[in-house]
Amino acid sequence: MPEASVRERVRPLYEWVTMISAWLIPFMIVFIPLYAAFKRVPVYETFIDGAKDGFGTAINIIPHLVGMMVAISMFRASGAMDMLASLIRPLFDSFGIPSEVLPLGLLRPLTGAGSLAFTTELIKTYGPDSMIGRISSTVQGSTDTTLYVLTVYFGAVGIRKSKYALKVGLFSDLVGFFAAIIICLFVFGT
Amino acid sequence: MVNFIWLFFIAVSFVAAILNGRMEALTEAAFEGAKSGVTVSFGLISVMVFWLGLMRIGEDAGLLRKIAVLLQPAVRFLFPDVPKGHPALGYIMSNMSANILGLGNAATPMGIKAMQELQKLNPHKETASAAMCTLLALNTSSITLVPTTLIAIRMTYGSVNPAEIVGTTLAATLVATAAAILADRWYRHRYNRRPPKDIGRDGTMAQGPPGSDAGGFGQGKGEAVV
Repeated sequence: MPEASVRERVRPLYEWVTMISAWLIPFMIVFIPLYAAFKRVPVYETFIDGAKDGFGTAINIIPHLVGMMVAISMFRASGAMDMLASLIRPLFDSFGIPSEVLPLGLLRPLTGAGSLAFTTELIKTYGPDSMIGRISSTVQGSTDTTLYVLTVYFGAVGIRKSKYALKVGLFSDLVGFFAAIIICLFVFGT
Repeated sequence: MVNFIWLFFIAVSFVAAILNGRMEALTEAAFEGAKSGVTVSFGLISVMVFWLGLMRIGEDAGLLRKIAVLLQPAVRFLFPDVPKGHPALGYIMSNMSANILGLGNAATPMGIKAMQELQKLNPHKETASAAMCTLLALNTSSITLVPTTLIAIRMTYGSVNPAEIVGTTLAATLVATAAAILADRWYRHRYNRRPPKDIGRDGTMAQGPPGSDAGGFGQGKGEAVV
């Protein structure tokens, strides 16, 4: 199978990106003030001026985030999430998709920490190199927590009417979830 | 839709708690959720304060406008209604690059800053503009080159090849992002043709919370460029 050669091709990319990720932030922390000083900007005072806004912005997000997290936390603790999962489960079984990953698909758009915990649990239980382990890693890594992003980004600027943004986010989560499953079954399948 | 989802979660939870006999757990979960909402927001403070400070230096030095102009063609397609060289484009680009590189704690402040810049162009301060919806769509699907957290977890649990999911993740994330962009486009067109009636009600240029004016410093600077 070409699997091994794919791995070989991916490795340099991985190392390259890891290196950039490690260097980029320190580079920015040094380069931006240096460039600004060259442009005769009073760097420290400007930093303090801009940094002041950060506090207010983060505080503004609190009501939005508390509201959402309460609802999501209740939804999980009440067992409603599990009931929803058991409703959809037969559909998964009929397509030969491991239904263990189903709760992850429901959890992923709602809570980043919750779905990461669930993914870790799946990896621990079934092993990172099992199909379930691979699918859950791919699902977890390929999209962001839609409800969190919406709450934080719109909450920070006081947007109350999100128009179609949530529908778009959830739709892309759904597509991403099934894409992850299909791609994994295709790439790692026997 | 957010109203509906929120109510749906709470109401369904209550019913499910009755059925499953988990009323006590529900109370605990409600307050646990509230607590984690505050914890996460507080976690954001340090990151926001630091990055917004650094970004202000970049803005004052004219770096952001440079980036915005340089990467014009790429964002032009996604954000057709943002004026050329507007600082929002610089922040959007920084947000997208941070996402791609998996720098979560840099992506969020830049995304919020981009939202604040887009809010200045928004005629209805409480309703999301088309550009804001597009930026959100890009962030919810969030293209990731290397899912570092997951590679670390896989390593912890003894994977033979922890990085083998890099390719599948990249493929899945591209599909999700393409779906987000297409859906966003579709809704944008549909919305433009038939704007909802209730826009005027909240479109009275109401003052947003204090944070929406944050960064007013650079206001109007970018518009005149090019």
